[in-house]
Amino acid sequence: MNALVIAALLLVLLTVSYQVGWSRSRKLADGKDTRLHSRPIYHGVLAALFAVLPAIVILGLWALFSQSVTNSFILAQLPAEVAQQQPFEVQAAISRVQAIASGYGVIGEPTPAEAAAASAYASFQQLSFLGVIAAAAALGAGGLFWAQRRIAPRLRARSEVEVFVRLALIACSTVAILTTLGIVLSLLSDALRFFSFINPLDFFFGTTWNPRFQSTGSGSAGEYGLLPLLWGTVMISIIAMLVAVPIGLMSAIYLSQYAHERVRGVVKPIIEILAGIPTIVYGFFALVTVGPFLSGLGDLVGIDIRATSALTAGIVMGIMIIPFISSLSDDILGQVPRAMRDGSLGLGATQSETIRKVLLPAALPGVVGAVLLAVSRAIGETMIVVLAAGNSPVLRANPAEPTSTVTVSIVNQLTGDADFTSPQSLVAFALGLTLFAMTLLLNVLALYIVRKFREQYE
Amino acid sequence: MDVLAGKVKVTSKTLDQTMNPAELMDHPIRLTARDVTVHYGEKQALHGISIDIPDRAVTAFIGPSGCGKSTFLRCINRMNDTIEGAKVGGKIELDGEDIYSPDLDVVELRARVGMVFQKPNPFPKSIYDNVAYGPRIHGLAKSKADLDEIVISSLRKAGLFEEVKDRLSEPGTGLSGGQQQRLCIARAIAVGPEVILMDEPCSALDPIATAIIEELIDELRENYTIVIVTHSMQQAARVSQKTAFFHLGNLIEHGDTEEIFTNPVNKQTQDYIMGRIG
Amino acid sequence: MTDTVLPGASAGAQNRDQVRKSLTRRHRNEALFRWAGILSIAAALGFVAILFGMILSKGLPSFWQSTVHVEAYFDPELIEGGPRPELADFPSQADYQEAVNKWQRAVTLSNWNRIVETALRAEAPDFEIESRDLLELVNSAARFQLRDMYFANSDVLGQTVPVSILASANTDNWLKGTINRDAPDDRQQLAATTRALADQFEANGTISFDFAWHIFTNVDSRSAPATAGLAGAFMGSLYMMIVVIVLAVPIGVASAVYLEEFAPKNRLTDLIEVNINNLAAVPSIVFGLLGAAVFINYLGLPRSAPLVGGLVLTLMTLPTIIIATRAALRAVPPSLRQAALGLGASHNQTVFHHVLPMTYPGVLTATIIGVAQALGETAPLLLIGMSAFIANIPAGPLDSATALPVQIYLWQGNENRNFFEARTSAAIIVLLGLMLLLNAIAIFLRSRLEKRA
Repeated sequence: MNALVIAALLLVLLTVSYQVGWSRSRKLADGKDTRLHSRPIYHGVLAALFAVLPAIVILGLWALFSQSVTNSFILAQLPAEVAQQQPFEVQAAISRVQAIASGYGVIGEPTPAEAAAASAYASFQQLSFLGVIAAAAALGAGGLFWAQRRIAPRLRARSEVEVFVRLALIACSTVAILTTLGIVLSLLSDALRFFSFINPLDFFFGTTWNPRFQSTGSGSAGEYGLLPLLWGTVMISIIAMLVAVPIGLMSAIYLSQYAHERVRGVVKPIIEILAGIPTIVYGFFALVTVGPFLSGLGDLVGIDIRATSALTAGIVMGIMIIPFISSLSDDILGQVPRAMRDGSLGLGATQSETIRKVLLPAALPGVVGAVLLAVSRAIGETMIVVLAAGNSPVLRANPAEPTSTVTVSIVNQLTGDADFTSPQSLVAFALGLTLFAMTLLLNVLALYIVRKFREQYE
Repeated sequence: MDVLAGKVKVTSKTLDQTMNPAELMDHPIRLTARDVTVHYGEKQALHGISIDIPDRAVTAFIGPSGCGKSTFLRCINRMNDTIEGAKVGGKIELDGEDIYSPDLDVVELRARVGMVFQKPNPFPKSIYDNVAYGPRIHGLAKSKADLDEIVISSLRKAGLFEEVKDRLSEPGTGLSGGQQQRLCIARAIAVGPEVILMDEPCSALDPIATAIIEELIDELRENYTIVIVTHSMQQAARVSQKTAFFHLGNLIEHGDTEEIFTNPVNKQTQDYIMGRIG
Repeated sequence: MTDTVLPGASAGAQNRDQVRKSLTRRHRNEALFRWAGILSIAAALGFVAILFGMILSKGLPSFWQSTVHVEAYFDPELIEGGPRPELADFPSQADYQEAVNKWQRAVTLSNWNRIVETALRAEAPDFEIESRDLLELVNSAARFQLRDMYFANSDVLGQTVPVSILASANTDNWLKGTINRDAPDDRQQLAATTRALADQFEANGTISFDFAWHIFTNVDSRSAPATAGLAGAFMGSLYMMIVVIVLAVPIGVASAVYLEEFAPKNRLTDLIEVNINNLAAVPSIVFGLLGAAVFINYLGLPRSAPLVGGLVLTLMTLPTIIIATRAALRAVPPSLRQAALGLGASHNQTVFHHVLPMTYPGVLTATIIGVAQALGETAPLLLIGMSAFIANIPAGPLDSATALPVQIYLWQGNENRNFFEARTSAAIIVLLGLMLLLNAIAIFLRSRLEKRA
């Protein structure tokens, strides 16, 4: 089928039906006392909708089913034994017929059966194409005819068009909900399939992570203890927060309370650049610069720090989160009324006393919310830990050693040839579900706290 | 009016005239301002204000909005320092000490010159902690008992103690508007200031709460030098002994409250008092 | 006046003393606090500086790559396969294609390495070097480069043509010093003679550092890392961004308009609001899981396809666009709505003719932020198979492809670290450059839109 022809035909249908609706409604209003309820433009749009939508439905159905219809038609033309073959051989036979029919030809001489099938297919193709076009055109014309009959001064064309628009808007806004639903359902169903292999207790409370490589027939499914991954995630998040919260918060405080307008105007956007940098870049930075630096620093003071470790990943993740904390805190400090600050300064408090004893306590809920959001970001972060955490899913407390996280394991288990049937790849969904639940909890809590905080000063 | 007028005998009527020796004995001058100017960036907000403010009396600043009365008030404890781009010129002396001198510590100044703001602004802390805030940061209490005493006596002086004595640990933001404003006054008193500045302290309050605050101001006058900015002439007449009228950044006239209200020298003052300037 | 006990002179003086005593300590604390703020900002700015310094210093040299300029003789003795088949000689297109394939196979099997070698030796006639070591000097795809020249124009047979061949990655490392030039022989990637020849070529100008256009025009290569480029990844990213813009912007704006302007305010819309806010904070990798489970496993869409990547990124970007558009809609003064409604415009007309146009700058900014975020996203793409090695430029959104950030991920993991650290940094520069460009466009368009409004 020729997509251009169809598009052109649709366009013609659209223009014609719009014109018909428009001019007919114009004629009704012309020279008489009758007043149209809606302007002609709406009659035009309504007629176009009535004409084009059915045509599009027909074309859409054909696009969905043409493949299988065509295949079965060609198969029916070919000798019966062809259909008995392996699927890929059947497909090859069909492709040969299609190649002959298109005029491209095949290598060597086509068999008589193929040639016959090809000519039959060629005419079928032409016929079906014309048939579909005709059907679409007929339905479109029918729709147009009906719409045109309905045109009357009292017809509420505008309201009807607006109903269409409203429905389209509603359809769009369900996408976000469907996404959440899709996430929950797909994670749940695949996680449940995983739990049919592995006892949930062994998963949630196991201390060994060793999924093994999938080897058919070995019968060994591997061990899937979540705790080492969870600990790695938590440890890295803690390190990240230890870096990001003081630096982010203090920067926000300095910029909003001490810095000159001009300094603020320059420094703030520069810090926010950090927020726009893709995480893969941070991962590379950790791997190439921060890791070796920390390792060298460790050598200098006599501590053994591995280049890829929880420490490396955590520090770099902290750097990534600095702008997140600082811009949220800035926003939140800005919401504490100026009167608070004046009240404290008026009593003779120094600026830092005012900040520490009045502004921060007043802003505390908001800041806590911001930190929770940041934590949720840290535990969901993937690329930095994939590159810089060392991928060693062993339960150990030393942050200078390599570790692994939930997100790293999801990537490890699902990259490559995932077949969605083995516990080795299904475990990714159980991990994903855990991650989703954790971040959801943190987000809901954080958003709730921040919302309450905002309401307090509104 | 009569009652108030009977208590104070102030005779200075015009700008240039200083108080006579007899007055000084009764109400020595606490604050003197000479040629105070304020610029906000390019804009000049005050044009050479000179005024003497007597001890243990209430001085009211009146004038239409935007006339510079609040700006001048904020000069007295250097709150204008906290506004970016504000520049203060001229000289203000507290007990003969230049408060804009580089040797002077703003923190110390503000401990001596307390301030109460237009809208009640209690901190989001308990009533107790609100009052204890000042003494704590300045290290005024040696012990918990000391602090308790300061808090309770401050609340008493602000006339709030009886109303809140059972709920000192509840948040100060839970009080009514008038109570909040008295809490802010208690908070200012707790630091042991010598001067209390009040920036339209009743503008956000209902008439009953206003009356209570006004009564309180009248009592406080016995211990403190009070400067109050008000947009209400009635209030100025009720609580103050001296009144200064500001217009467009100028100090037009100042003197004994009764004089200003009954016999203003200046035409603009007259117009304002008659309600002809908004 | 009453005679109540006042905080008289003595009490006042005592207070002042107390305050004075506390001042030194408090001003010290004030200074410390200030310094903590300054140091924090210095740290944050320092991180930005180090990050960019590292990437620029590592990546920029990679854009100038050692290139060998030689004269290649297309020796008829060596090149097999005979003349190129002509379409007219064959009964069908398919037969012709078959013959061309056969011819190309024969040509490919010719000894192109000999041609490369001869060309190289001609530049240093007296230099003694083994063939194997000599060929190490140039990238291993050099023979395909000459072969492709012949494919494109078989008239060059028997002629001598000037050719620029990229030096091998190891030669590049050696000449740029990204490998330790003082390391002993057994730690070097290249034979001593090859290194000497490389130095000689650099000295006599046969090797020069040319701008590496191929970074933008070539696809990834494993066998010849020196020729690896970003074109394939760029096209993959481009297709994905087109999908994101085509889907996320209309859907996002439409749902924001519905939620903000039409939807009744009730429990359900509250739930949707919370849902969208949460969706914005769901880790990107979870969207990757969704894509793997729904688009690939359930709907059967092809793995590694930019279409699937685009769909996943669309879902991820949607909340950003919805939230920003809603904020922009909320910022439109209600008086405008009332004015339009008061003139008899319907609710729809008010929204689409008057309110929505006011939000275009906001929507535009949100779109750019969302697209930039999607452009830099890596993790979800790994889960839908976009990290496979792809040796072709994808011709459409259903072809296997990779994306710029995924290419960065693949390159940083390459074994030839000395070469790929620089090449990865170069890819990062390109990615960040694209993001910068997007933001610049946004700022430009925004200022124009705002001027018109």
